[in-house]
Amino acid sequence: MSFLEVNNLNVEFNTADGIVRAVNNVNFSLEEGKILAIVGESGSGKSQTVFAMMGLLDQNGRATGSVKFEDQEILNLSISELNLIRSEKIAMIFQDPMTSLNPYMKISEQMAEVLIHHKGLSKTDAINQSISMLDAVQIPEAKNLIRMYPHEFSGGMRQRVMIAMSLLCNPKLLIADEPTTALDVTVQAQIMHLLSDIQKEFGTSIILITHDLGVVAGNSDDTLVMYGGQVMEIAETELIYARPTHPYTQGLISAVPRLDDNAEKLKTIQGNPPDAMLDPVGCPFSPRCKFSKDICSNQTPELLEAGENKHFRACHVAFEELL
Amino acid sequence: MIVANKNKIVKLAENLTADEQTSGRSLWADARTRFMGNKAAITSLVILVLIVLFSFVGPYFAVWTYEQIDWNTMGSAATLGMPSIETGHYFGTDDLGRDLYSRVIQGTQISLMVGIVGATIAVVVGTLYGATSGYIGGRTDQIMMRIVDILMAIPFMFVLILLLVVFGRSIIMLFVGIGLLSWLDMSRIVRGQTLNLKNKEFIEAAQATGVSDYKIIIRHIVPNLLGIVAVYATLLVPGIIIAESFISFLGLGVQEPKTSWGALISEGAGTINYDTEWQLLVPLSFFIVTLFCIYFIGDGLRDALDPKER
Amino acid sequence: MNHKTIMQVENLKVHFDVSSEGDMPWTKRKKLQAVNGVSFELKSGETLGIVGESGCGKSTLARAIISMVPSETGRVLWFGKDLLALQKTEMRKHRKEIQMIFQDPLASLNPRMTIGEIIAEPLKTHYPKTSKADIKARVEDVMNKVGLLENLINRYPHEFSGGQCQRIGIARALILKPKLIICDEPVSALDVSIQAQVINLLMDLQKEMDLTLIFIAHDLSIVKHISTKIMVLYMGNMVELAKSEDIYNHPRHPYTQALISAVPIPDPKIEKNKDLILIEGDLPSPINPPSGCVFRTRCKKAQDICSQEKPELKEAVSSHEVACHFHD
Repeated sequence: MSFLEVNNLNVEFNTADGIVRAVNNVNFSLEEGKILAIVGESGSGKSQTVFAMMGLLDQNGRATGSVKFEDQEILNLSISELNLIRSEKIAMIFQDPMTSLNPYMKISEQMAEVLIHHKGLSKTDAINQSISMLDAVQIPEAKNLIRMYPHEFSGGMRQRVMIAMSLLCNPKLLIADEPTTALDVTVQAQIMHLLSDIQKEFGTSIILITHDLGVVAGNSDDTLVMYGGQVMEIAETELIYARPTHPYTQGLISAVPRLDDNAEKLKTIQGNPPDAMLDPVGCPFSPRCKFSKDICSNQTPELLEAGENKHFRACHVAFEELL
Repeated sequence: MIVANKNKIVKLAENLTADEQTSGRSLWADARTRFMGNKAAITSLVILVLIVLFSFVGPYFAVWTYEQIDWNTMGSAATLGMPSIETGHYFGTDDLGRDLYSRVIQGTQISLMVGIVGATIAVVVGTLYGATSGYIGGRTDQIMMRIVDILMAIPFMFVLILLLVVFGRSIIMLFVGIGLLSWLDMSRIVRGQTLNLKNKEFIEAAQATGVSDYKIIIRHIVPNLLGIVAVYATLLVPGIIIAESFISFLGLGVQEPKTSWGALISEGAGTINYDTEWQLLVPLSFFIVTLFCIYFIGDGLRDALDPKER
Repeated sequence: MNHKTIMQVENLKVHFDVSSEGDMPWTKRKKLQAVNGVSFELKSGETLGIVGESGCGKSTLARAIISMVPSETGRVLWFGKDLLALQKTEMRKHRKEIQMIFQDPLASLNPRMTIGEIIAEPLKTHYPKTSKADIKARVEDVMNKVGLLENLINRYPHEFSGGQCQRIGIARALILKPKLIICDEPVSALDVSIQAQVINLLMDLQKEMDLTLIFIAHDLSIVKHISTKIMVLYMGNMVELAKSEDIYNHPRHPYTQALISAVPIPDPKIEKNKDLILIEGDLPSPINPPSGCVFRTRCKKAQDICSQEKPELKEAVSSHEVACHFHD
């Protein structure tokens, strides 16, 4: 039994200007207790992939394919069925915690509500459990702070509250959509540290969505690289960084300035991000790819195993040619 | 590779043509395309144009003028004053035997004029007042906005009625009264929008390069306000028409023998029991159709200019 | 290239009045010290990086230098002339020498103007008599420089991607051939692959046009890459100022040390084995800053003296200044 398996996931949006294909044929799986990082730039479809899984697409969006969570198909379930899975089995935290916190309710009420609703606890029990959860995410003086309103917390604290809330029902999978993008580096370090503690303590699997390659490097077991709505490469994080086998991954890694490096000039990826309005013919990265061949703009490369260790890549160009 | 594949050529060609097209689509052009795609708004626009045309061309087909009394039908409007081609009373007559066709045309002209003049005053005064207040900010803004608050606290209808009673009923007085008060909302909306724009980075960029305040207002703030002003002005017109109609309905609006939709509806409503339902229905349908059209146009404009707000 | 000092900032202070709930019009407003006694020197051709977390006053500092935000005290000497003492009209003349690039590429461009008009605006403002043909030639020239195709001159900003918009912003800043460009988080809104393009472009242009840059960002790795000198700000106070290699190799202030350790390095081998220095707690309220050293509430080295005496910015070793009683 696999923990989470995503097969041929497609997401389309009907807009006034035509159909936008945000996600094309995405396949991946996640083992229990692991952290998978999905990396990509804006418009790569990384967020829409998980939104589709959680049934959170906008009204004009449509998802096809299959998402199996513990062998249960969860894609396109009805709201009532999804609500059972959401938060009890799969929880999600967002870039801006305020989007999921009600500004007019005290933290205590919001947290207790979840427990009362899903677990049928009494109010005092629910609040006590909420306090211990806030302790677990290292919020000082949780007993007093729980009676405050969301806007009285700083950004980092709010994200902690969000994490505490998402963990209330002991979910098996936590999806974190750019959890630290809006935060300062020092706070980011705190939060990422917290997330990996939680993963160890509760054994929660995590899908971490981010554009920050540094965050990925320190906090994930596997990495999935997306571009233009398609999976470019997926492998163990160490392997991705040590031996990137896709031109896009290579470009991305070398385009980031490193604090421990004194390179005179950054290596860049030419050109601009793809237009999601155009029909995806061929490899979405081919217009910007140094190694692009004829076949690249005609035929979409399949995600194939490259070497051992479950290293998959979608590229027509042989790995040896990329060196 | 000499033999490039077809796909790549097609893509390349697309890129080339895209690059050669030197003039871009401005936001206005985008908005126009979106507005053209809105069927309800376009239909409304066509109907509204027809109504306006009718109010100018209509008199050439009239047999009677709006003040002429057809002595034959007077007193027996229910039987002889029926709408008919033969008598020349296309829409019938009113209770005094005056031709309703001509009177509706006259009423349309007055009502539309009141609406347009009122909205114009609101746009000019409101935009200037609001933009100045918002851009200068600080204490000036506080004082200017408190003045608006005070004016808003005065009951609009009451003041208008007082003005008409004290200075006598005249169309000029009606314009002055409606115009004086209709800009208040506009100035608030424009001020809010200006405050919003003032903090945008492109305004800061202009300040940093040393562009003068006056040029910033004219070049950067006003063009970005026009969208919302246009939308709000369209939505203001029906409000003003309704206000005028209400005053005319009370008998304080335009003076006889001139008339407006409100006055006509009032008269028609008064004679509803005498089997002369056309006296109410004709002006009423003009009134309703026009209001619907303007609302639809305003709605279409809003969607076209502000697609994100939908 | 002679490294002449072009700008000297001395003890610059900026504060904002903040109103709090229940204030009456006559209540005295509370003061928020946004920039507290910043001093530095800028030599021609240098790049000064300013780093700090959100709310540390780095953007306010940049705006205070070109008097877009009123300062309380201090001097900004631009070729020996105090910019802060100038009249508004006189200051306007100097604006052509110092230009600015903004964070949000699209928001910094007027959506109703074509990019040709946007880029030409500084030129039209400072040289109103320039002929149309001249303006067009200059605009096209500068567009070439930043890597934009000339035939896009009549397009509107919304037709461009973020990276291209930032190029337009750079072109606008360059058209007057300024001496100093202040870049306020110029790449933080851009995608990783586009960031590198823009940074390389800025560095190339700097060499080509002998520009001096003030580069503000919260991303330490980018700042370190582009800067020759780095200033670290914490709650409006300078905590450290040194050459960029020195800041990275030998950070001396506890805050700088924590900041550097928090920056993730895109290499799992390093990142998963590094000793993270976590800063405890939250930023104190800027309206009620801690007495003495502002960082003491979160500092592991803090002792009694830190709450009593504010550490001065002193040279620890040559050209490495730090404000801490117990620096390394």
